[in-house]
Amino acid sequence: MADIRSNFLGIKSPNPFWLASAPPTDKAYNVERAFKAGWGGVVWKTLGEEGPPVVNVNGPRYGAIWGADRRLLGLNNIELITDRDLYVNLREIKQVKKNWPDRALVVSLMVPCEEEAWKAILPLVEETEADGIELNFGCPHGMSERGMGSAVGQVPEYVEMVVRWCKQNTRMPVITKLTPNITDVRKPARAAYAGGTDAVSLINTINSITAVNLDTFAPEPTIDGKGSHGGYCGPAVKPIAMHMVADIARDSETAGLPISAIGGITTWRDAAEFLALGAGTVQVCTAAMTYGFKIVEEMAAGLSNWMDAKGHATLDDIIGRATPNVTDWQYLNLNYVTKARIDQDLCIKCGRCHIACEDTSHQAITATVNGVRRFEVIEEECVGCNLCVNVCPVEDCIDMVSLAAGALDKRTGQPVSADYANWTMHPNNPMKAAAE
Amino acid sequence: MTDRQYADGIVPGRLSPEHYSHNFADLHPPLDRHEALVEADRCYFCYDAPCMHACPTSIDIPLFIREIATGNALGAAKTIFDQNILGGMCARVCPTETLCEEVCVREEAEGKPVKIGQLQRFATDAAMMAGKQFYERGAPTGKRVAVVGAGPAGLACAHRLAMYGHDVTIYEARPKAGGLNEYGIAAYKTPQDFAQHEVDYVTAIGGVEIVNGKALGRDFSLSQLAAEHDAVFLGMGLAGVNALRAEGEEADGVGNAVDYIATLRQAKDLSELPIGRRVVVVGGGMTAIDAAIQSRLLGAEEVTICYRRGREHMNASVYEQDLAASKGVIIRHWLLPKRVNAEDGKVTGIELEYTRLADGRLEGTGETLTLKADQVFKAIGQSFEAGALNGSGAAIALEGGRIRIDGEGRTSLPKVWAGGDCIAGGDDLTVSAVAQGRDAAESIHQALMG
Ligand SMILES: Cc1cc2nc3c(=O)[nH]c(=O)nc-3n(C[C@H](O)[C@H](O)[C@H](O)COP(=O)(O)OP(=O)(O)OC[C@H]3O[C@@H](n4cnc5c(N)ncnc54)[C@H](O)[C@@H]3O)c2cc1C
Ligand SMILES: Cc1cc2nc3c(=O)[nH]c(=O)nc-3n(C[C@H](O)[C@H](O)[C@H](O)COP(=O)(O)O)c2cc1C
Ligand code: SF4
Ligand code: SF4
Ligand code: SF4
Repeated sequence: MADIRSNFLGIKSPNPFWLASAPPTDKAYNVERAFKAGWGGVVWKTLGEEGPPVVNVNGPRYGAIWGADRRLLGLNNIELITDRDLYVNLREIKQVKKNWPDRALVVSLMVPCEEEAWKAILPLVEETEADGIELNFGCPHGMSERGMGSAVGQVPEYVEMVVRWCKQNTRMPVITKLTPNITDVRKPARAAYAGGTDAVSLINTINSITAVNLDTFAPEPTIDGKGSHGGYCGPAVKPIAMHMVADIARDSETAGLPISAIGGITTWRDAAEFLALGAGTVQVCTAAMTYGFKIVEEMAAGLSNWMDAKGHATLDDIIGRATPNVTDWQYLNLNYVTKARIDQDLCIKCGRCHIACEDTSHQAITATVNGVRRFEVIEEECVGCNLCVNVCPVEDCIDMVSLAAGALDKRTGQPVSADYANWTMHPNNPMKAAAE
Repeated sequence: MTDRQYADGIVPGRLSPEHYSHNFADLHPPLDRHEALVEADRCYFCYDAPCMHACPTSIDIPLFIREIATGNALGAAKTIFDQNILGGMCARVCPTETLCEEVCVREEAEGKPVKIGQLQRFATDAAMMAGKQFYERGAPTGKRVAVVGAGPAGLACAHRLAMYGHDVTIYEARPKAGGLNEYGIAAYKTPQDFAQHEVDYVTAIGGVEIVNGKALGRDFSLSQLAAEHDAVFLGMGLAGVNALRAEGEEADGVGNAVDYIATLRQAKDLSELPIGRRVVVVGGGMTAIDAAIQSRLLGAEEVTICYRRGREHMNASVYEQDLAASKGVIIRHWLLPKRVNAEDGKVTGIELEYTRLADGRLEGTGETLTLKADQVFKAIGQSFEAGALNGSGAAIALEGGRIRIDGEGRTSLPKVWAGGDCIAGGDDLTVSAVAQGRDAAESIHQALMG
């Protein structure tokens, strides 16, 4: 049996599956249930400074998009940080940590961008014996209008400053949670690193409008006829989160900075992919909010079964294994040639590959062969783009087969070269000519 | 149940009132909105979809299903009606397992086709219940077309002609319009008087007059019709039935399945409709299955279908055979009726001879079997009654006993078109009759305006 115990910044948990700071971690009742269900850790719902708590809207706070059969693909929300009293939260945190010493309990924080505010709250959290803190620099709605959340996360100088205050004022490990609402995520990550952060976590939610009500002409979720942009999360944001995690993981300026990955993680497979890209733990919100806490059973069992099947003994055997394979476009091998190949036994003859290729791409798939409905790849036309694979409803029915060195590429009429050659070396590259 | 449940002979009221309404309720209850959306999501929106080719009326199935999936049920209905104005009835009666759904790629993928027929019903019901009409009568052309028979073929033809602005008169021998939709289709496939609602929906376009109780060959001749109109469409179906050619066939209690079904369809109160305790149905097609199932549903204790060939030769689809079996009908093969036994002129049983194939020819084995029966239904096929066409003027060319037509539905006589069950080479399905009526209308329009 693979060992999926996790040690992240010295914070130990029986598995790398944490619940992200959000409604599932807003109070002891939920967190107790989550730990009973098997979650390795939680990041408590973001706490604000002492005083009257923030208030939430009293109407709908979620919007969504769906796939076939109303499968939830993307969720957005306009919820703020915790709307419960600070001291109630702190008391509960302390009790839960006492009840569950083997689980990770990190506390998310967001207070105004003043050193005094951070100095005031940090000892209160330390007193709970929580394992660490996460700085919420990501919330993109409401709090950002008050100069907090993503308003901080979008300015690298602020990120560095606040992280430094925290590192100077607490012994607890500091995780900096980044916003994706920014053009280059490496900039705030570098700033957090410069400030001394122990880790980064990402992504928080993405600015979004999920729907417009066509009767009222108002965005959803609608509050009394108006709507505001909300934070987008769930399966739909996973590709964006993976790119950002990979970008930080392979940035030489922040080399070795631990990452807790967040964004659309729904199954063990999603988690394994983030780990492979360099994450040390993963955090989940929407999947739990969609299906309840039980999904962690599938995640833990799936991860460990896959590791057993592939002979990976511990998480360290997989963390970061894919990072070196993430590169820039200009270094991709232009001599690598693939052709689509359709397995006629699996093909159900829906014709989607044909019409996709015919209408929008390279006219490389037949609709009939000798007058009979049949879908075959025309190698003379196929550029190996993968569109057909992506639109085919049958898994593994279309395969991208790479041509061996020396084989004839029927499209170009040239044999496939055995040599690696990328854009920087290509004769059509004007920059190459300049370099010579 | 009542005290007459096991009474011998042909008696009414074998069941209690709630059993009749339960037995004759919708065979497949309609999909509700949620079910329709889940099912619509299963469609792959195939390119050049196989289902579309398998539909005799070529409905754009992927398009109408996508319209349902995106919350546009009325648009879906229009997509259906554009090709098949009787899409509501077809959704209920098409043997989809041998048409569109048989070739659905999800049948190939996982043995479970998209429920095209049920989705078609969802969309057409939505439009018909909302009273939504999609077509307007075209600007009047002054051309007059006579249609003989208000069945699916005649109605589809009339509707398309009205769209083009021609004046249509339908002459229908029976008191009600609808053809076999009204008098033949199994009651549980089209409950709640759907056939008449549909006739009203189709004729609401205007410019179509239905004259009931007027029969070609009795009240007027084909040459008269042709002389008084710019074109004639014959959609007369099959008025005749094949004979059993078994001794004693004239005994009381022996009848044509189609006649019995017509009576059933018109019955105001099914508890007043007499049915035998032991019923034997002779035949192997859809009519035999329908007669047998409905006999069971009326309370017959024992219903046996006897077919002279094997299961694989039956015209009824496997699905229909299974449906019959699920209703408790016994299907026996390789049995040929020899003699109807009777006492005091009333049926008591039927004697059948076992058969086999020898060099591809059916022959009796000499061995016989006698089944007890107090009612026997003949369902060995209907035939075209060409007599109605023989009036004055030239005779119309037939082929295999039915009207010969060309690719556009033209008969051998000028100005006369035909479609539906009465033409040669058809497949005796409602949906095919609709396609042929519609296409003949297109040809008539071309001829009149060209
Ligand atoms: C018992 C039974 C069950 C069936 N079940 C199904 C089913 O489930 N699914 C399916 O797809 N198909 C089924 N069919 C077949 C289907 O009903 C026919 O293929 C279809 O009705 C043919 O349409 P039509 O317009 O050609 O003829 P019809 O529906 O027969 O209509 C012909 C009309 O012409 C009238 N007519 C006849 N002679 C004259 C005349 N001389 N003058 C004026 N009017 C005349 C008739 O009264 C009738 O109204 C069934 C048939 C039967 C008998
Ligand atoms: C309703 C809701 C409230 C959230 N509140 C917070 C919060 O208080 N603090 C925070 O750091 N992130 C918050 N998030 C963001 C999540 O922690 C997480 O980063 C994001 O949802 C992406 O993960 P997912 O795709 O698994 O949901 C919230 C998300 C949701 C849906
Ligand atoms: S998309 Fe896939 S299943 Fe459909 S025709 Fe192409 S190869 Fe076959
Ligand atoms: S009309 Fe009949 S065959 Fe055609 S799509 Fe509808 S149900 Fe299928
Ligand atoms: S074949 Fe099936 S999946 Fe394809 S378009 Fe038709 S109904 Fe949809």
